[in-house]
Order: sequence, then structure tokens, then C-alpha cells
Amino acid sequence: MSDMTPQINIDKLWKVFGEHPERALDDLCQSMDAEELNARTGLKAAVRDVTLSISSGEIFVVMGLSGSGKSTLLRMINGLILPTAGEVTVEGKPISQLAAAELQKLRSNKMAMVFQSFALFPQRTALENAAFGLEVAGVPRQKRLEKAREALERVGLGKDLDRLPQQLSGGMQQRVGLARALALDPPILLMDEAFSALDPLIRREMQEQLLELQAESPRTIVFISHDLDEAVRLGDRIALMKEGKVLQCGTPRELLCKPANEQVRHFFQDVDAASVITVDTVAESPACVINQAELLLQQTDQYSKAQKIACIIDENNVFKGVLQQNGEIIPAEKGPALTAETTIRDAMELVANAPYPIPVIGSDQRLIGVISPRRLLRSMILR
Amino acid sequence: MKYVICQVFATVSTGPVGEGMTKTVEWLLNHAQPVFLVIDHAINGLAGAIEQILTVPAPWLLAPLIAILAAWRVSLSFAILSLLGLNLVLFMGLWQPMISTLALVIAASILALLIGIPIGIFSARRQHIWAITRPVLDLMQTMPAFVYLIPAVMFFGTGRVPSTIATLIFSMPPVVRLTYLGIRQVPIDLIEAGRAFGCSERQLLWKVQLPNALPTLMAGVNQTIMLALSMVVIASMIGGGGLGDVVLRGIQQLDVGLGFEGGLAVVILAVILDRLTQSLAASNFSRKSLPQRFKAFTNLWTSS
Repeated sequence: MSDMTPQINIDKLWKVFGEHPERALDDLCQSMDAEELNARTGLKAAVRDVTLSISSGEIFVVMGLSGSGKSTLLRMINGLILPTAGEVTVEGKPISQLAAAELQKLRSNKMAMVFQSFALFPQRTALENAAFGLEVAGVPRQKRLEKAREALERVGLGKDLDRLPQQLSGGMQQRVGLARALALDPPILLMDEAFSALDPLIRREMQEQLLELQAESPRTIVFISHDLDEAVRLGDRIALMKEGKVLQCGTPRELLCKPANEQVRHFFQDVDAASVITVDTVAESPACVINQAELLLQQTDQYSKAQKIACIIDENNVFKGVLQQNGEIIPAEKGPALTAETTIRDAMELVANAPYPIPVIGSDQRLIGVISPRRLLRSMILR
Repeated sequence: MKYVICQVFATVSTGPVGEGMTKTVEWLLNHAQPVFLVIDHAINGLAGAIEQILTVPAPWLLAPLIAILAAWRVSLSFAILSLLGLNLVLFMGLWQPMISTLALVIAASILALLIGIPIGIFSARRQHIWAITRPVLDLMQTMPAFVYLIPAVMFFGTGRVPSTIATLIFSMPPVVRLTYLGIRQVPIDLIEAGRAFGCSERQLLWKVQLPNALPTLMAGVNQTIMLALSMVVIASMIGGGGLGDVVLRGIQQLDVGLGFEGGLAVVILAVILDRLTQSLAASNFSRKSLPQRFKAFTNLWTSS
């Protein structure tokens, strides 16, 4: 989904609150944990030595419990909070070195923010709220209202343009908040626990809507969340934070299957692994593979008894079909097969009901492996 | 005991602090006369113009106008009440003093708001300005009002101008304080939202802070007008004229009836001013567009 140009670069970023915050940066203090630092110096380190790079077009989730510094980190990306040390670079521009006017321009053109508390202006209607960013940017009234209306329609609020925030439900208010950000059509969207204040059902709905919007026109989304399921559902990559430090950063599957340390494992123990792990990682190599060209020459009893089938491929490893024990050939387009990115959860029914191991095929039609019910079960045990 | 009291009274003469103040006032009198002259003319012009405007419509026209305003902004019953009240003032023969009191209140309030609101805004945005403003406001509010009547008289003589200035000083603190409070109370996430969407400091003030501070700010406006009205009575001692004069005459001649009439007229004026300015602070006012307000106004006549 993402081309790999880093759009936001976070380099050795520190944010320390208190008097003379630079005290926290010396070697001795760096080795202390947050509690010890606070006890000895009275300083509060919100973000400690964070280095991340976020590519354009990806949904990057920063996850952690409250007080882990994730909101502070987000606010340093658009310069609402200035770092104590280190630098955030957005599209090549170092945020802390920009003049006020340049920073305002960057915020107007590149980044829009969605807030946990919605932060809608109470005396403005939904339409006027959605048009706020454009109004600040100096877009003429007619044009900005037109764009704001489009944005509201995109989030499904086309009928409530003239209502005030207090007349809208929480979910609707956050849709206005989202529309206010989308109206600017920014390449970067910063979402600060945007769905945390909503009911579970509405939250789910909003998550799906966000994914739909992302599929329509991909932007870089930095999403702050304390909800693990939300992080796993939305995130292309997740950075897990604790006490201001990034414990691990990677795809949901990496964090789940290869946790960097005990803390990460602890965090992820309640995650439904079946909805994260994809079949290509658990597929086993087929016991018997027959090249299409050799098919006629082979004896039918050559394939494995254990797997009951032989997979047929051509010279480029492209999957062509399955040769069953009774000599019957099922061509690729007729038989069951799984694509690589199918999650185990989605594969379960098919695998359980099939009479033989199901082939797993990559996006280029090449054979990756096969997956049997037994293999599937073991993958759930041994994660 | 007797000795102690004598000692106390003996020491109550001008001390070094008072000497300093006297010297300052004298120096200003000798050297800043042109400045006082300009201020004198400006305030006299403003207060005079307002009084002229208020005198143009006859009582039978002005009273219904005020009642219509009351019906539109407050309620029909309050409109009837204010019409009755104004008739009572007219009946007591205090219409002209009331008009000159009203003119003085309006002039002093306009000046207090013109000076006070910007000070409040600056104080809210710069903490060190507030550190200066705050003790000055405390001083203005707690210093007995009579004390600054004295220099006001020395600079401007007696009459409308020193009264307006004394009233202005006395009534300014609430609008400064409530403007400060209103801006400070704007939720931090709204400020963050404003900044995150690219507001410059000026846009933040006009598009985020002031609209959200408006209800509190309007409460400050209301308080300033009410304080101005209460000061006007005291200002009559230095020739402010109007209803204060009537009350003062009542006190000097021990005429209970005259004092009561003057006081009653002040109360009627106060109630009308209070309710009308409070209605401006009501949050629905700022939200209605001009056509909506016009529609609400015409509804008065079309609906029963």
C-alpha cells in the first residue's frame, strides 16, 4: 500500500517537562527510568529518544497506555509542542526550525488533526466547523462552504449541515471533526485517540469508514490509540510506547509473532492472533510438487500419502492445479485456494471443510505452500 | 485610652506617602495642562452628544422605543413593566435628570469598554501584563471612590468630565477581569484545534478565543454598566448632575420623599439597563444571523 518514501521522520526526539529540561539529556539521566528521573530531578520525561520514520500512504498507529507519551509525540509532529531535543522532519522540513508563518502554512497545507474530545467550535454549525481550516487559509466563502459540504457528505453527514455541535451525537460530532480535517485534503492526517470517546459500535463504524476513505484516496495517517484491537485493525504498522520510549515498531504481525521483549509479549497476549496472522506465514511446503511439463511422465502413485495431493506448477512456479490421489486433476481456477494475505480467521472454514490441504498462492499466482487443518491448529498453539 | 485616641488623631495628617502624591498631582497640574484640556474636550463632547441624542425623542417616543427593545430582547411582560417604570419616572418629574444620568453612564461605559476590553485581551495573552494589571485592578476596586474624586476635581474642575472619569475608573475592573477570565477559560483543545488548523495568533484571537469568550465578556459588560450607574450617584458630589443630584439634595435637606424618588428612579433605570444588557450576553444572540434576528423581531407583531 505504501511506497517507501519516508514522509515524517522522527529523529532522537525528546520531550521533558519541568525546569531546565535539558538536565534529563545527560548520560546518567538517560539510563534512569521515568520514575527514578522524576524522583531525582523532578523532571517528567514524556517522550524519550524516539526515532521513527513514517512512510507516505500508511496508517501508522502509535499505541500505549495513557501517560506513555503518545499524544505528546503526535503534538510534536505538527509543532503544537516543541521538542526538548531531536527533530521532526515533515516532507524534508524540520518543524522546530520553521518560522511561525511557515509552520502555519505547513499546518494548513500538509497536516490536519482530529481530536479525542472532538474540539468542535460550539458557536459554529457543522458546515462552518468543517470549513474552519479553509477559512483560516483564506479560501473565499462560497468555495470553502462548497468543499466543507463535500467533506461532510463523504463522512455521511450531508443532511445535518446547519446543526450546532451540541445538537449532534458523539459519533456525528466526530464525523464533523473528521470532515473538518478532510476538507483541507491534507496528505497527512493526525488522529489523537480520535475514536476513543465513542461507543464500541460507533467506534467500529468509524474505523471502517476510515479504512474506506483510506482505500479511496490514501493519505499518511498517524493514529494514536490505547485500544489494541483498534491498533491491529487499522495499523499498517504499530509503534508500541511505554514511559515515553518505543518498545517495538513493526507490522501487527511482527509485534505479535516476534515480540522484542517480555513487555511487548505481555501487551499482545490478549490479541486475537487468528485475525492478525496471515496464512502465508503458517503454510507448509507441499510434500509433492509436480512440474506441469512432467505431469504426463509421472506415475500417479508418486505423490505423498500424508498430504493426499500433489501440487502442479509450471516452470515459473505459478500454481496450475492439484493432482488428487485418484488421478483426477483439479485446475487452479476451479479448486479452492487461499491468497497470501488471508487471515487465519478467514481461512478456518475453508481449511476445515476441505478434503485435502488448501494451496496458498501469492499475488503473482506463485505457489507459496499448502495449509492443512492440523497445520492451522498448530499455528494457533505455537505463536 | 483617651490618650491613645488623641495620639491616633494627631498622626492622621499627610505623611510622606501623601506628600509624594500631592507633589505628583501638583506637577501634573503645572505641566500637563494641555493633555487635560484635550481629555476634557473629548469627554465633554462625547457625553454631550449622547445626551443630545437621548433628548431628541420626546419621552412619549423614547419610552415606547425602550419597551419595544425590551419586548424583542427579553419578554413582553418585562416590556410592560419597563413602560410602567418609565411612566413613573416621568410622573415624578425626573425624566430630564434620568436622561442626563443615562448619558453619563453610557459615555463612561463606552470609554471603560474601549479601554478595558483590549487590556483584558492583552492580559489574557501575556502573563506578565496580567501581573501588572491585576494589582492595578485591585487598587481601582478597593480604593474608596471618594478618594479619586479629589484629583479628578483638581484636574478638571467640577461637572460632567470629572464625574465621567471617576465613573470610568470605578466601573472598568469587571470588564477587564471577565474578558481575561473568558479568554483564559476557552478549552485548551479548542486552542489546539485552532493552532493545528494553521491559525496565526491574530486569527486564533478573532476566530477561536473571542467567540468562545463572548458570553463571559458580555457578563463583564453588564457588570461595568451596572457599576457605572452606581458610581453616578456618588459622582453627583462633584457636579455630575442627573439623578445623583436629586438623591444628594434629598440627603442634604433631610427630605426623605425627594431622596426616595431619586433612588426609585435609579432603581428603575438600573433594572432596565441590567436586563437589556444581560440579554445581549445570552448565548443565542451571538449565534443568530441578522436575518434570523430580523425574523424574531417581526414575529413580535405577527404572532399574538
